[in-house]
Amino acid sequence: MRTAAHRIDRGTDMNAATAGGPAGPVRPGTGTLRRVKSVAGTRPWVAAAFLLPALVLLGALVVYPIGFSVYRSLFDASGTGFVGLDNYGELFTDERIRIALKNNVIWVVVAPTVATALGLIFAVLTERVRWGTAFKLVVFMPMAISMLAAGIIFRLVYDQDPERGVANAVWVSVHDTFAEPAPYPGAKPRPNAGLTASGGAYTTKQPVRAGDPANLPLVAVQPGDLGEARPATAARPEPGQVTGTVWLDFTRGGGGTPNIIDRSEKGLPGLTVEAVKDGRTVASATTGPDGRFALPAAADGALLRLPASNFAAAYNGVNWLGPALVTPSIIGAYIWMWAGFAMVLIAAGLAGVPRELLEAARVDGANEWQVFRRVTVPLLAPVLVVVLVTLMINVLKIFDLVYIIAPGSSLKDANVLALQLFQSSFGTDVDQGLGSAIAVFLLLLVLPVMYVNLRRLRKERSR
Amino acid sequence: MTTAEGVVRARQSLPARIAARTGGGVLRVALVLIGLFWLTPTIGLLLSSLRSPQDIAESGWWQVFTEPAQLTWASYSALLDNAKVMDSLLTTALITVPATVLVVVIGALAGYAFAWMDFPGRDGWFMVVVGLLVVPVQVALIPVAKLFGAVGLFETTPGVILFHTAFGLPFAVFLLRNFFAEIPRELLEAARLDGANELRLFTRVVLPLGGPAIASLGIFQFLWVWNDLLVALIFADSGKPPITVALQQEVRQFGNNIDVLAPGAFLSMVIPLVVFFAFQRQFVSGVMAGAVK
Repeated sequence: MRTAAHRIDRGTDMNAATAGGPAGPVRPGTGTLRRVKSVAGTRPWVAAAFLLPALVLLGALVVYPIGFSVYRSLFDASGTGFVGLDNYGELFTDERIRIALKNNVIWVVVAPTVATALGLIFAVLTERVRWGTAFKLVVFMPMAISMLAAGIIFRLVYDQDPERGVANAVWVSVHDTFAEPAPYPGAKPRPNAGLTASGGAYTTKQPVRAGDPANLPLVAVQPGDLGEARPATAARPEPGQVTGTVWLDFTRGGGGTPNIIDRSEKGLPGLTVEAVKDGRTVASATTGPDGRFALPAAADGALLRLPASNFAAAYNGVNWLGPALVTPSIIGAYIWMWAGFAMVLIAAGLAGVPRELLEAARVDGANEWQVFRRVTVPLLAPVLVVVLVTLMINVLKIFDLVYIIAPGSSLKDANVLALQLFQSSFGTDVDQGLGSAIAVFLLLLVLPVMYVNLRRLRKERSR
Repeated sequence: MTTAEGVVRARQSLPARIAARTGGGVLRVALVLIGLFWLTPTIGLLLSSLRSPQDIAESGWWQVFTEPAQLTWASYSALLDNAKVMDSLLTTALITVPATVLVVVIGALAGYAFAWMDFPGRDGWFMVVVGLLVVPVQVALIPVAKLFGAVGLFETTPGVILFHTAFGLPFAVFLLRNFFAEIPRELLEAARLDGANELRLFTRVVLPLGGPAIASLGIFQFLWVWNDLLVALIFADSGKPPITVALQQEVRQFGNNIDVLAPGAFLSMVIPLVVFFAFQRQFVSGVMAGAVK
């Protein structure tokens, strides 16, 4: 028995010379199917005993399920009625699955590309920085945590309320740096004070005259907006000027008279007052600390308008997890997790790029960008492809992040195939025929990669 | 500065030196900013977990920087008394440890057979295993749920362990076979001459030499199983869910339970992060070997 096995061994082993490989530090192999002679004749039952646990588990829980899924996908929800390829047809007609397919395409195109690009940039930037390792650890760290934890982290980041969600806090403060926030959001004139509303602005019904002060009483000012407002003062008539006061016509604790500037009532500083003639703004002024304003003579006979910009509701930031942005937002969370993966693999590839090639290009007068673009990137191409393909396979199956981050209200807008599969298989509207079809569809999408893996193995063996 | 360096420096033109200096400065500042940007979400979670529910409802976690008095362990001590969350952490450990050990042991046995034993159809079988590397778990959810239902493993911890073991195996066998194949033949033959049988060879020579690969694989599988949500959602005992499922149930009421979610999420991250920082190198080589999985 032993000799027979030995003979078979000799006979099949074409290039035994490479078998043991050079001695030295033991490192993970590259995936070659190098022919190795068995140490000595192995009895087949020994080999079988070593392989049995793995083959049983793989057979029962991986291979058999593939067959069953294909079979099950040809039947209806009840599992008894044969429907042929109808479930696959439904993949492309059902509205929810169409959204999922569309989103999966966005995911597969955007997420791996951006993550790889960022990884490339980070790898190149950190290459010659001494504490580059610390930076790499920071960026790589999210890979160690669960998508569930990352999902919770980003639910907090994307909180709509700018007082709580950091994304909107930053966004709103950037927005408010460029667009002055309204001083008195929600404020409006006291009814019957001679002001009419149109499009958020308030305009006097009667034209104003120089030397005849105009009093514009407002109410519904948020207490927090009053700030350092001083008590309102009635404007004095000035010849050749239109003067007036805008004030909060409300006495704390009651007792004030409507439309009259009472003693304890506050002026409203910082309001824009415009004089409008025939729809054209002829002059404008801003109220002072006690609510007074003064317009030049040109305003004589015009209507006074308090433009809408005084009262616009505070800018509340972006609805990150609303129907329109939910998918890009979740992709952002994914990139946060996986850019580090790309970076680490690319950095390893970068370490293998011969320095002399880069130096030669520099000596030839190439600037850093040209060296990067024409030398580094082409040399890294194989690594970049591996990273991209790995991320694509990973993204194809994206489930946890979407399930956790998307709020119920926009879950259908964020839908992806793996989520639909979960819901069709175990959710509220179960159709395991459809669920199986989605599963088989996902498998079909990764078949090309399986083929490439196997071909590479073959090629390296025959080398 | 050594003299040699000084000479080199002196030879560079002034603009080149300024460019090198400031360019380096800009690069450093940029890297620090990117690093902070990357850390911000995690810091947000950490600080949120250290604030009271009222503070969380009223303002953002960055308020802590101006009012450090807001920091409190209250959410954590409440969580430690929360039997459901604590039990779920234990369940996670009870799933993760066996699923990791099993994958390493079964994968090593098969990897050794593929590397050093001769049997009919060896290459064919190995091709099948490599082909299975990219099979998505989604394909197995419905069939295995039915199978487990038939044998009483559905919604049990052993069921989850078996599922994770099976789907970890293609990578385990692939990685370990390639690693074991590099073991110098002389070592094995010497042991063989000393009269060691296959099992002895495996435990005394192959396993010790395979240390680095086994470490990579173990860490990879450990993190994978610890962090899993999908498989646990379907196959875990809903009365005794692992931490990911327990927290997922909390996420449904997101908003008024951040004092549970934030510390819970952070607790669930502690072990993976410790493993990650303690075994970075092994993790990285596992990730590299696992590319295109």
